Amino acid sequence: MSLTPRRALAGAVLATLLPLSACSSDLPEGPAASGGAASQGPGDGKKKTGDQSKFFVQADYEAQLAMRTKQATGPADKPWEQAIDPQPVDTTAYKKTGKYHLCFSNAATNNPWRQVGWKTMQSEVALHKEIAEFTVLDAEGKDDKQISDIAELSAKGCDALIVSPNTTATLTPAVKGACPKVPVIVFDRGVQTDCPVTFIKPIGGYAFGADAAEFLIDEVKPGGKILALRILPGVDVLETRWSAAKVAFDKSRLDVVGVEFTDGDAAKTKAVVSDYIQRFGKIDGVWMDAGATSVAAVEAFEDAGVAVPPINGEDQQDFLQKWKDADLTAVAPTYPTYQWRTPVIAALKILKGESVPKVWNLPQPKVTRDSLGDYLKPGMPPLHYALCGCEAMPGYPQKWGGK
Amino acid sequence: MRRTLPIFGVLAVLLVAIAVANPYFLELPGFLAFVKRAAPLAILAAGQYFVIVSGEFDLSVGSLVTAEVVIAARLIDGDPGATWPVIALLLVLGALIGLVNGAVTTLLRVPSFITTLGMMLILAGAVFLWTGGAPRGALTEEFRTFGRGGLGPVPWSVLILLAVVTAVVLLMRADFGRTLVATGDNPGAAALSGVRVPRAKTIAFVLSGLSAAVCAILLGGFAGVSAQVGQGLEFQAITAVVLGGVVLGGGRGSVVAAIAGAFTLEALFTLLNLYGISGALESAVQGVILIAAIALGSLTLPAWAARARTTNATTHTTPDPTHAKG
Amino acid sequence: MTQELRTPVPKTPTWRGLRDVGADSPARPVYLSLLALTVFAWILFLTDGGQFFSQVNTVGILQRSAALGIVAVGQTLVILAGSLDLSVAFLISLVSLVAAETMADYGVLPAIGAVLAVSALVGLVNGLVITRLKVHAFIATLGISLIIKGVLDHRYDGPAGSVPESFQRLGYDRIGPVPVSALLWAAIAFAAWFLLRRTPLGYRIYAVGGDPEVARLSGVRTDRVVVAAHVLCALCAGMAGLLLAARLGAGAPTVGSDGGYDLESIAAVVLGGTALAGGRGGVAGTVGGVLLLAVLDSVFNQLEINSFAKDVVRGLVLVAALAIYARRRLAR
Repeated sequence: MSLTPRRALAGAVLATLLPLSACSSDLPEGPAASGGAASQGPGDGKKKTGDQSKFFVQADYEAQLAMRTKQATGPADKPWEQAIDPQPVDTTAYKKTGKYHLCFSNAATNNPWRQVGWKTMQSEVALHKEIAEFTVLDAEGKDDKQISDIAELSAKGCDALIVSPNTTATLTPAVKGACPKVPVIVFDRGVQTDCPVTFIKPIGGYAFGADAAEFLIDEVKPGGKILALRILPGVDVLETRWSAAKVAFDKSRLDVVGVEFTDGDAAKTKAVVSDYIQRFGKIDGVWMDAGATSVAAVEAFEDAGVAVPPINGEDQQDFLQKWKDADLTAVAPTYPTYQWRTPVIAALKILKGESVPKVWNLPQPKVTRDSLGDYLKPGMPPLHYALCGCEAMPGYPQKWGGK
Repeated sequence: MRRTLPIFGVLAVLLVAIAVANPYFLELPGFLAFVKRAAPLAILAAGQYFVIVSGEFDLSVGSLVTAEVVIAARLIDGDPGATWPVIALLLVLGALIGLVNGAVTTLLRVPSFITTLGMMLILAGAVFLWTGGAPRGALTEEFRTFGRGGLGPVPWSVLILLAVVTAVVLLMRADFGRTLVATGDNPGAAALSGVRVPRAKTIAFVLSGLSAAVCAILLGGFAGVSAQVGQGLEFQAITAVVLGGVVLGGGRGSVVAAIAGAFTLEALFTLLNLYGISGALESAVQGVILIAAIALGSLTLPAWAARARTTNATTHTTPDPTHAKG
Repeated sequence: MTQELRTPVPKTPTWRGLRDVGADSPARPVYLSLLALTVFAWILFLTDGGQFFSQVNTVGILQRSAALGIVAVGQTLVILAGSLDLSVAFLISLVSLVAAETMADYGVLPAIGAVLAVSALVGLVNGLVITRLKVHAFIATLGISLIIKGVLDHRYDGPAGSVPESFQRLGYDRIGPVPVSALLWAAIAFAAWFLLRRTPLGYRIYAVGGDPEVARLSGVRTDRVVVAAHVLCALCAGMAGLLLAARLGAGAPTVGSDGGYDLESIAAVVLGGTALAGGRGGVAGTVGGVLLLAVLDSVFNQLEINSFAKDVVRGLVLVAALAIYARRRLAR
């Protein structure tokens, strides 16, 4: 083949590559990603944080923000049994006697949060003699596998089925299919049907995002430059965190200079933060949608030889330790892992015919300077989540990797 | 070797673009910070180069990096005295994994793509089986200093990178280098001319495993314990090597260009970040540049350009590009 | 393009040689292992108080393997042609979204049309980048998958669209104990088998994968064959995306990558005895490989093995199987 046509062809093929993004352009325009805000000068009055996520639901947002100040009912020392605004449902139809067979379809055990929760749930099951059998299928983060898992479990003669959905929208048909066969308990992420007997969750992502954003708005002077770090787009529980923070920042006089995705990767987080420090000279606050890489963000400031600005993390031990050691100005909103205890408790209540809340809103405390000492547990692994509610359980701390 | 020249041009353009956006980059600390950040990937790419130039793949390095960091954290567990023994152990382990990869590939004749894919699964599973699902323990400051600290103003990672570059360049100039390239170019002919092909390839895998260990020491030091530190690094390393003009299938390409490929990739990330191109489009840009760079590199240049380039080219003999394995 | 390729070629002496290459059938060991594993699973279920051949379990196995099975059939075609496709995972995510969004607005048939068009286009681009730009398939399809990933990240921040109940039946209905999705897989596998064994394009795929130089010299337009294989592979990924959209009731930007369909489909293909270098193997082996992985999963489920141990076992099985194949090949 002669040279010129081949080079032309190369250009042509590359040209077809580039507009690949337009190959589905006959479709209705999807919402633009909420990340990627371009930097703009402070005080230009425009929204600096991009469009609102399509996950944002105003009513849920307001409900969650209101719940933060409400008093939960239930035993004071057991937040995993408490509920905010419970609307009890009658469960006498599910009443059964004898030993129980519980089943659990787990989305995945692929991150430390789920690991801590999973161990806590296993320990909760071990506490109850009336549970004769506990069958668990792990979907390894695959929606399609979890759909099959749920179908398989709902035909296995379980007395109750606990589901921790991998994705909200996509697991809905499977849960709908299981509801008529067995009482279903959903926790962590929800599904888009009210057929489960109860849905258990902490207050939620809006409260998490707002707690962190409001802390920065209080601590950082007006006009201060905020860097927002997100793990990745498209995960509903993370989208709500950011969308609530976005609402708060848009109303504030802070200047959000960047919204970046870190893939939850500590090295990338550190690199991104270092770049922003170089680029803007000074960053006055860091907002994070999850705590796994907070320490890396803090270290980026330390390595650059500048003071660490107000920052939020989560209830992971490495961040709490850093907070204490470096005397940070920080807050740690939580998404408590003790919520993994509640589904087992709920299942037993349902099978005993006791009423449970239709939506079981668990309290969602935040770790502040004052409560830091209560949650910092020396000897626990760096990625352990402090709000596991597991301290009094048999096997603690070894079972959770502590010593 | 004219295949390798474009990468230096691309790298230069990217570096200039970074400097335009961020003048601090031109100052020594700014530039060293960039080199420090690129060092882990550059070292990993150097290791991957040996494997690729010998005609194989190593997909296990990402998992290996994660495994090494998690192992280091659990074994060191905050005890400064354990730092050096554990570092030695990490290097041995990296070499050992490479040895297994090499032996399975050459002796059992399993395609390296599959050998190392299997190793990737095995390592990722085994290390978390051992630690109970999430990392535990802690790294010491002594361990972390290689990725985080420096000797005066010069980060340790930069010095380690320089040492690695020197070592691999010397290695490729030695008999081993020629043997390895010959092995990748035509294993049959190499064997006939007395090259012990399985041995050469196995050494390449061992070098790749070693480089993953060094990379893990630097990354663990740079950013601390994480359960996903190595995620996707195998594809980044292969991308870097290929960007450097090294041909998949073996037999062609220089190690310095492969390292330049790693720097190019890192410069690209930095640049996208500096210009505020969101993470969402980052991968798309990366994909286009990857294909474009390889495509342009593999196209035959017009005669005048080729002549002009040959005069600049190094003394390597350039194999006929039309026989490039594609 | 495929149409054009199927025009009959004059029967030259080389034809017979090409057919012989295609007749190599390394599928037997995978079925023997499948049989052994099934017997093991059957005994295991018995001792555990379950029933391996219960309707629930067999339906579960078939449902779990249908999507991977369809992708793996397509992957078989490109691997036989000496190429490979790493872009299938992100393509599946993309078409699941295209399908769900188009269905929500325009109905099922336009959605199927859109899915086939998008996947054929991606396959065509893959094929052209590999053949015309001379980019190694690994890099070409890796690059394309990065581009698709960028598009997904940019346009979607979560599941989108909705699939009408009527189309969801594709993912949930069954005829007796056989899910419709498994029938779709069987139909696609049969079509691919027919294509490989009974059509000129099939012979050419084996020829190009076996030795591109020889194929070229015997008059095969190798580039076209590779492009056609990539288009067919992408179409298979498109069908898998449609199936997943039906299963999920929506499109999801992570369904393909979370499912690991890229590397898993390659693993299934080579488990089925198809040579990664191309030219040897076939669809029957791939079907066996996918079923083997699915039965293995079922055993994992029954034993409630944790996901890390599963990875270790999968890795060992993969390497061990390939080592055995290599030994057989050597022994011949």
